[in-house]
Amino acid sequence: MAGAGAEELPQKAIGWAAQDKSGILAPFKFSRRETGEQDVTFKVLYCGICHSDLHYIKNEWGHSVYPAIPGHEVVGVVTEVGSKVQNFKVGDKVGVGCMVGSCRSCESCSNHLENYCPKMILTYGSRYYDGTITYGGYSDIYVVDEHFAVKIPENIPLDAAAPLLCAGITVYSPLRYYGLDKPGLTVGVVGLGGLGHVAVKFAKAFGAKVIVISTSPSKKEEAIGRLGADSFLVSRNPEQMQAAIGTMDGIIDTVSAFHPLLPLIGLLKSNGKLIMVGAPDKPLELPTFPLLMGRKLIGGSCIGGMKETQEMIDFAAKNGVKADIEVIPIDYVNTAMERMLKSDVRYRFVIDIGNTLKPDA
Amino acid sequence: MAGSVVAAEHEHPQKAIGWAAHDQSGILAPFKFSRRATGEKDVTFRILYSGICHSDYHFIKNEWGNSVYPAIPGHEIAGVVTEVGSKVTNFKVGDRVGVGCMVGSCRTCDNCVGNLECYCPKMILTYGSTYHDGTLTYGGYSNIYVVDEHFAVKIPDTIALEAAAPLFCAGITVYSPLRYYGLDKPGLHVGVVGLGGLGHLAVKFAKAFGAKVTVISTSPSKKEEAIAHLGADFFLVSREPEQLQAATGTLDGIIDTVSAVHPLQPLLGLLKTNGKLITVGVPDKPLELYTFPLILGRKLVGGSAIGGMKETQEMIDFAAKKGVAPDIEVIPIDYVNTAMQRMLRSDVKYRFVIDIGNTLKADA
Repeated sequence: MAGAGAEELPQKAIGWAAQDKSGILAPFKFSRRETGEQDVTFKVLYCGICHSDLHYIKNEWGHSVYPAIPGHEVVGVVTEVGSKVQNFKVGDKVGVGCMVGSCRSCESCSNHLENYCPKMILTYGSRYYDGTITYGGYSDIYVVDEHFAVKIPENIPLDAAAPLLCAGITVYSPLRYYGLDKPGLTVGVVGLGGLGHVAVKFAKAFGAKVIVISTSPSKKEEAIGRLGADSFLVSRNPEQMQAAIGTMDGIIDTVSAFHPLLPLIGLLKSNGKLIMVGAPDKPLELPTFPLLMGRKLIGGSCIGGMKETQEMIDFAAKNGVKADIEVIPIDYVNTAMERMLKSDVRYRFVIDIGNTLKPDA
Repeated sequence: MAGSVVAAEHEHPQKAIGWAAHDQSGILAPFKFSRRATGEKDVTFRILYSGICHSDYHFIKNEWGNSVYPAIPGHEIAGVVTEVGSKVTNFKVGDRVGVGCMVGSCRTCDNCVGNLECYCPKMILTYGSTYHDGTLTYGGYSNIYVVDEHFAVKIPDTIALEAAAPLFCAGITVYSPLRYYGLDKPGLHVGVVGLGGLGHLAVKFAKAFGAKVTVISTSPSKKEEAIAHLGADFFLVSREPEQLQAATGTLDGIIDTVSAVHPLQPLLGLLKTNGKLITVGVPDKPLELYTFPLILGRKLVGGSAIGGMKETQEMIDFAAKKGVAPDIEVIPIDYVNTAMQRMLRSDVKYRFVIDIGNTLKADA
């Protein structure tokens, strides 16, 4: 029933876990390690629901360990710091994203790219240095090495900050790395969900003209009126797509379903970049001729390193970028998962852990 | 013949002789035609050498479906200037000159203004395109060429003309992406897939940039050539999974010259984090792309097609300075149909070059 170490560690905790690949979440008593000398312990106040959480609790990637507590968009308030902690003190607002450990010595780690370290430890479902399985943020407390904690600035609401720790960094990092962060560029965003809506906001904050590309004409008004996109293309409308050929410096493609790349490549200008951040589980078709004829590229990106995640959240706070969220009580979480599957949310659920996940529940 | 009102021989004032295909059998034979008068911005030159590129074969066989007959291919052309127009500033009679894959573009779009004429939507190809004057362009398997000086390249004295010719297509095709994608820094580790006309030059340029080079090929028999002769540092047989596995995550970039459909996944696995797979070959069907490896390693797949005129000049100056030259087999013009067949079988190390100057005579 309980995973290794679930009842052996010193700090008692309560979370909601799935016990098998039905993915049904329910209250689960467990425990966390004591606050080590480099650790920060915090009371979790909010946790965003990411689609990866659902993949994980349903064992869709085939490597889930049960009981499985998901959640990697975790924010709260520091309650204890270890003796060697330098960057945090009790009472600080803190966040944790998708990773809680890495080897700290490889080339990626040395370059602040812990997210590309082959020994990266995930916030949930990974084996920590002490041999225990990591449990995620659908829980009341968290213990993290300060290197993998992010300070949340004062001028951003905690609940709207939570989704930035995964969705936010996932789109911010490629906009920077692939040079799509310069004012005046034209950037396309494919898919208007958790990742897509934040991509629109960051791209606008960088000064880009933003075009949303979606299969759903019904999202147009939202995209333009509410999220600030400059225009909207229905990807199933050939005339609209034709008219936009060769107009974009880059495209952030957040779509995880199998979809055709050729029309998206056509939207790019010469030297344009199509960046995949969604991860379809089947291979896509890549026509290479259009890449050659415009010196175009298709690249990938996966979250971001810790330094960049801190930079992202500071930028977001300064520029008023936050996620559009629906705050829910913890006992709504299974319904929220069902609604998320149907894209019935604008645009991220955030669990109000602080008020609704009680140790004596 | 071609449905034009005026026979090719009388279309223009300068008489010319070439070898053309008349239908998609692709059989080349002597053909009398003509070239325009030397305009004020034009350079006319006597062709001495013309490289045989696989694209020439695709064109004469109408494999892309857009060939116009009679079809004279050839876009790796080298010769000596015989006449210049009144407004020509960069060439004089007697200069060594080359022409590659393009002879015109719009000159005003963002690409043209940015020295990327090769990405201009109105680019005019050296053969098979419609020129500004409405006539069909005929390529370098001929005795003379007339070109706008903007699309002509000076050939340095320190490189033989026959060695320069293949650089105008094969050379620039691999040089440009090595530069653009940042694979031209000393100490990087670059892979080259396929060891033909493009591949062997990619090895040489990458070595000249100071890279370590790994050749990836389906043919174990090419290993000794690759290492002993071309200077590659390592050789991987792509059909040997253990060899590929051992090289996982070692390459900063890969230049993929292969035109057949082939799996990308093993190549992506060879790349380090932030690594770049650059395709310059043109498979006629889409390839399978698993996006997970791109995402998990922030890797990319990019394309590249020849290069702009400024970069083509830079490339040939660099090649001359660093001693980068293709390995060639010089042939007489009447061997050209046999050469095409041998090229199809990859039976050439590594580029045929037609000795136009000595074997294509006006009175032939």
